[in-house]
Amino acid sequence: MPRIRSKADLKALRKTIVGHRDLNKPYITLCSGTACHATGSDVVAAAIQEELEKQGLTEEVGVRRTGCHGFCERGPIIIIYPEEICYLNVTPEDVPEIIEKTIKEKQIIDRLLYLDSETGERKVHEQDIPFYKYQTRLVFSGNLWVDPTNIEDYIALGGYRALAKVLNEMTPEEVLEEVKRANLRGRGGGGFPAGWKWESTRDAAGEPKYVIVNCDEGDPGAYMDRSIMEGNPHRVIEGLAIVAYAIGSHHGFFYVRQEYPLAVNNLAIALEQAKEYGFLGADILGSGFEFDVIVHRGAGAFVSGESSALMNAIEGKVGEPRPKYIHTSESGVWDKPSNLNNVETYAIVPLIFEKGAEWFCSIGTEGSKGTKIFSLVGEVNNTGLVEVPMGTTLRDIIYKIGGGIRSGKRFKGVQTGGPSGGIIPEQYLDSPVDFDELTKLGSMMGSGGMIVMDENTCIVDLARYFVDFLCEESCGKCVPCREGLRRMREILEGIVAGKGKEGDIAMLEEIGAVMKKASLCALGTTAANPALSTIRYFRDEYEAHIKDKRCPALVCKALISYYIEPEKCTACLLCSKNCPEDAIDGGKKMIHVIDQSKCIKCGICYDVCPSKAGAVIKISGTPVPAPIPEAKRKIARGKGKGERRV
Amino acid sequence: MAEINLKRVDEIIEGYKGEEGVLIQLLLDIQNEFNWISPEAIARISEQMRIPKSQIYRIASFYKAMSLKPVGRHIIHVCMGTACQVRGAPKILDRIEENLKIKEGETTSDMRFSLKRVNCLGCCAMGPVILVDGTYHGKITSAMVESILGQYE
Repeated sequence: MPRIRSKADLKALRKTIVGHRDLNKPYITLCSGTACHATGSDVVAAAIQEELEKQGLTEEVGVRRTGCHGFCERGPIIIIYPEEICYLNVTPEDVPEIIEKTIKEKQIIDRLLYLDSETGERKVHEQDIPFYKYQTRLVFSGNLWVDPTNIEDYIALGGYRALAKVLNEMTPEEVLEEVKRANLRGRGGGGFPAGWKWESTRDAAGEPKYVIVNCDEGDPGAYMDRSIMEGNPHRVIEGLAIVAYAIGSHHGFFYVRQEYPLAVNNLAIALEQAKEYGFLGADILGSGFEFDVIVHRGAGAFVSGESSALMNAIEGKVGEPRPKYIHTSESGVWDKPSNLNNVETYAIVPLIFEKGAEWFCSIGTEGSKGTKIFSLVGEVNNTGLVEVPMGTTLRDIIYKIGGGIRSGKRFKGVQTGGPSGGIIPEQYLDSPVDFDELTKLGSMMGSGGMIVMDENTCIVDLARYFVDFLCEESCGKCVPCREGLRRMREILEGIVAGKGKEGDIAMLEEIGAVMKKASLCALGTTAANPALSTIRYFRDEYEAHIKDKRCPALVCKALISYYIEPEKCTACLLCSKNCPEDAIDGGKKMIHVIDQSKCIKCGICYDVCPSKAGAVIKISGTPVPAPIPEAKRKIARGKGKGERRV
Repeated sequence: MAEINLKRVDEIIEGYKGEEGVLIQLLLDIQNEFNWISPEAIARISEQMRIPKSQIYRIASFYKAMSLKPVGRHIIHVCMGTACQVRGAPKILDRIEENLKIKEGETTSDMRFSLKRVNCLGCCAMGPVILVDGTYHGKITSAMVESILGQYE
């Protein structure tokens, strides 16, 4: 492939690629992101290949392995073109039937379609499934079409056109102005206006200047950056090159977690191809602009996702933050002016130049423009990645798109903003989601994690979990963060262990206030949020743990007991057989009894007890009833009359 | 104990010689090759790259992806991401710890299993999930732990 040397070359190449593609040819696309890989997309891919070979159809039917489609709950997902038939939860066993019926005979297999549980209707097309219907997928749209290892797929969709336009028709100043007019705010957490940030790097003294893509996505439960990186890496490369041009940088870094092997791999392939086609390197698209990038694998440290810490890591040092009064835009990597944004931010950039700042501003709210990708996970029916315009309400995201709470349970709260975010309770479900609204509610946007909790989640234990996480991840450099988190953890561990005392809540609030004021970096200043926001909205749960030694959600091990309700036990032996401690006195036709002194509260009896019996329950705050007398344990079974107790 | 082939270590070092700021990348390669970074490997890197051992230990002990202890034949990663957390991951971790009689971060005395917790595996739809070697086991309950571990010798 010869290098593309101009905008006209790119146009001609796109025409050739599109011209060679037969839109009527049957095509099977298979979602192959990490989540679908985990649910078996590799074996499905192998089965498709095998079946096509067996049927001699490898020429007639195209196969494309794309990035993440977002609907991870129902993966692996197959879409068959040109009809755009969407099959969910596909297994290798389904493949022969799909080829036979759908590819050859053009018939739809009902059982693999989405079933709307409310209407009982089956949906053939992805866009009719409620999970997708209420989304606005702009950044994520390419993931459905593009094979990330094939640059021509991206070019066919208009890829690199924005870069060509920017390099050939705009000055760097004009690029900055356009982004400022679009009011693009960084998607990594802080929501800082990107145009201004880039301008300050551009204006800073010192050469060379660096641009960095932060793909160190460390928030547990958030994986949108990974999915873009895996599924459509060229979009990020294009965005990065545009930003580099605006700033006057010729050197870029991709900082990717090494826990994301597929992202690292797809990115490496994409970079090779981008170089080969002339979108990276010297004299890009005939503009004279030169730009190269290096991939740096992150070695797993949450704090290294902080911008100055990440820059230390790029230099091969320990990834600890630097003092914040030195701005990285002036003195970052190797003390040179450096600009850092996350993956999603860069992925938005080409869109702004393709469609214009006005278009971008027409989506979203007053202060937050465009769309945002959320990772909707936890106790929600439709786990997955969701892209919606800024300002969409939490209720719409959780109920319309997410399909509500699993197992018909009650919604309790939604955690946004990662470990240092906050938990938002039910009364704020109608709040629009944007940078400013979430901050007002005591949480934050963060990178877009959205973890839904139901009535069975203990809020105090969850706060303990986040504090514990941050405690492990704090680099220990500054005292308020290091010591504050440890004391908070001690107090919270005490509360969940039933050792909470009067004054604990006040102490948590006091420590939190100091950490907020005095910590060195954003990890420390926000680290108290999980505790503070839960105290703000769920103080009664804290008090139940402290005063009544009761865990309302029946989670905290030290505060609960397992008990078998005698009138419900059917003496099926399941619990007693599975109990690892032999703590259950079972016996045929004998009501089972838990020996509380032996019980380690592993919960296996609770899990294995058949749901129609539901005899094992959890008790908290009240004493466990005395075991049923030996004489009354026998269950007699009458002929055809079910059970009878004597 | 997992042996480290020093010749292979030298080959990896060779690929990075003369470059600046590459220590993390070099250590990651060693880690990925051997699943841990041995004192011998560290001595070798120090000597060849002219980096003080203390600096290498500082890096290797800071980053989670690097292990200074040898690991077992099978590595269990228990996902403790928030989504798994609310779906009961702590109970799963407890069960594995009780079953193997080791704590998170440790290796069984017969070198059969190493047990690690990870902050998120990013397949939250399957939660609670554990990853054993390369295989994901999703939507598991504590009662399933024993039979899953039984699949690995």
